Amino acid sequence: MERSVTNIRLAGVGGQGIIVASEVLCEALLGSRFDVKKSEVHGMAQRGGTVNSDVRFGERVYSPTIPHGDAHILLAFEQMESLRYLPSLKAGGTVIVNRQRILPGAVSSGKAVYPGGIEETLRARAGRVICIDALSLAREAGSIRSVNVCLLGALSAMLPIEEELWQSVITQRFKNKGLEANLKAFQMGYQAARKD
Amino acid sequence: MKTTVLLSGNQAIARGAYESGVRVAAGYPGTPSTEVLENIINYQGVYAEWSPNEKVALEVAIGASLGGARALATMKHVGVNVAADPLLTVAYTGVGGGLVLLSADDPGMHSSQNEQDNRHYARFAKIPMLEPSDSQEAKDFTIRAFEISETFDTPVLLRTTTRVNHGKSVVQLSLPKTPQPRKFERNLQKNVMIPAYGMKRHVVVEERTARLKEFAETTDLNSVEWGDRAVGVITSGISYEYVKEALPDASILKLGITWPLPEGLIQNFAKKVEKLYVVEELDPFLEDQIKAMGIDVTGKERFPIIGELNPKIVAAGFKGESFTAPVPPELPARPPVLCPGCPHRGFFYTLNKLKAVVTGDIGCYTLSVLPPLEAIDTCVCMGASIGNAMGMKRAMPEDSDRPVVAVLGDSTFIHSGITGLIDAVYNNTPVTICILDNSITAMTGGQDNPSTGKTLMGEDAPALNLAALCRAVGVQDVLTVDPYNLDATEKALRYATGTGKPSVVITSRPCLLIKKAKRSAAPAVDKEKCTGCGLCLKLGCPAIETEEGEGRRKARINPDLCTGCNVCTQVCRLGAFGGTE
Repeated sequence: MERSVTNIRLAGVGGQGIIVASEVLCEALLGSRFDVKKSEVHGMAQRGGTVNSDVRFGERVYSPTIPHGDAHILLAFEQMESLRYLPSLKAGGTVIVNRQRILPGAVSSGKAVYPGGIEETLRARAGRVICIDALSLAREAGSIRSVNVCLLGALSAMLPIEEELWQSVITQRFKNKGLEANLKAFQMGYQAARKD
Repeated sequence: MKTTVLLSGNQAIARGAYESGVRVAAGYPGTPSTEVLENIINYQGVYAEWSPNEKVALEVAIGASLGGARALATMKHVGVNVAADPLLTVAYTGVGGGLVLLSADDPGMHSSQNEQDNRHYARFAKIPMLEPSDSQEAKDFTIRAFEISETFDTPVLLRTTTRVNHGKSVVQLSLPKTPQPRKFERNLQKNVMIPAYGMKRHVVVEERTARLKEFAETTDLNSVEWGDRAVGVITSGISYEYVKEALPDASILKLGITWPLPEGLIQNFAKKVEKLYVVEELDPFLEDQIKAMGIDVTGKERFPIIGELNPKIVAAGFKGESFTAPVPPELPARPPVLCPGCPHRGFFYTLNKLKAVVTGDIGCYTLSVLPPLEAIDTCVCMGASIGNAMGMKRAMPEDSDRPVVAVLGDSTFIHSGITGLIDAVYNNTPVTICILDNSITAMTGGQDNPSTGKTLMGEDAPALNLAALCRAVGVQDVLTVDPYNLDATEKALRYATGTGKPSVVITSRPCLLIKKAKRSAAPAVDKEKCTGCGLCLKLGCPAIETEEGEGRRKARINPDLCTGCNVCTQVCRLGAFGGTE
């Protein structure tokens, strides 16, 4: 982590709550007194399209986008998207991947095949691979919409952020909707990552 | 009040305008500028509006400025083309209250039809330009822009790029200040640009530019960061961040004001470094001017003119290498698609049957160019579909029976389609104009417009009646159909394209995603009847999947995605879709 900047790339499919997750992450990092920048692209109708968000933190962050191949952590919300963004991972970096599969149009209509052997491919490049069944955990926590917060829970196992701060940021964000499920999903994600 | 917050560049610009005491803000939605006005309405004392287009937005802001208020106009880069007419002359009149124009450029074309470099507009219009590098500067420079505007009696261009607008970084908030009150002052020689008065104002503009050059020499908007003097870099905006990352030890002249340029400062910096580079996205805007000062500088031969820069590209450029991003693995793509239940889908499927020449326009419906629909033949700029259709018709052999159809959305029609429609009637050009009315400006995330019955401030407004408007300009055949009803849509299209006169078809159905329109149950697929012919797949609906297996794969509906529009039910010739699961 040269010049003490840590790079986290969140990637998945439109509608999975990736942008919300990166907002929550940034608030928690800001609360931990880091300099924080994030970058993503919105505008085109992104439902069902690939979505990624770059989050960078440290003493002083310049570029809001992660330089190619410099992501320390890839947080993939969908299995195939973990492969798509694997080249952005620094050699020896960590991949946290949600085991969920969301079929793109070309696959569901039979024109293309969903790739196999994803975990093996990830392990060949990454220093560490953590697989999370975030959809099942979120369902168990009370809402499948909390997949994103469940994955943040898993991510939190790698980050220097106090648990109380996470709780307060999540509470602030979801105080009007689904707070209980999100707090629970966060804990379950954290535990799953610790066990892995 | 929490004073250290994380803001996007657009949120920071809205905050900066508020802290400057802005009273009027106007714009037209356009990525990456849209969120400025969406955020500014949260501040008390600011009137903000979506105007029908960027020209009107800037004219509203000019009027407010001449009336004494601080005023902001916001738009994306191509929007400034639309607003260029008032811009080039308000540069002559100058301002009353401070006037700032935000041009949000889109290098890399994340959501645009070109990647023009709007820095040229500052030089073209002879107005000062500020370029922030992050959200803190986006806020601070907005405040400075209002001050410069009033001090120098000039509109100011605040020029940003996607990574500044949509990137988030830490911002220190301040309390708003009330600017010195100003009011409208009648001054005919200054504000009425007839030739005799305009010529005198041009003299003022040139004198102003000379004063701005002096200002640029000493302002703290420009700064030198001395480091290793073997390499000096002149840069601005987001490129500064990339340079700091790629070459942290270099000496940097960071320009916050990029027109007019501080020649003395640049000459001085150039003399004190061994090798001088200029790093800028898109055109060699700084480089050309620095070379014209007789300074030896390296720029576009090392740093690409096309697309966005990033730290790796910049680092490679310094080494005289070119950076190629690693090739991503071959995976099934996830392109942006028309949403399940999108009212445009059935319309385009039906339109394809007419084998017409289809001139397209800017909006979600531009996505119909992608497989499998591939339904439009052209797309140039906002509102172009109608003019393009008329020209296309005139170019076709007289005996051609191929219909020419223009397709555009409600907001785009209001933006700049209406004049085209008047032309079609005036010159009696037999084209059919299809207005896809989904009652929202959808592509930019769902903004209200004159046809939606709501304003940006959330107030009720009279909803523009599109059919009545078309009739009022003289179109005799104006047909309104529900695009979920494919037979009715086809009938309307066939009739409208056969009248030998200009005609209009309005498809009326709210955007399902944004308007939270009613959804129905997903239809079931009868496995006995489905032969796997694949006709329904020609709709390109994400909710229609196929059973796994070899050969002809039967259709199935993904009930999590399906909205029950039943367009597929009408397309299937075998009656395999129907009933509910």
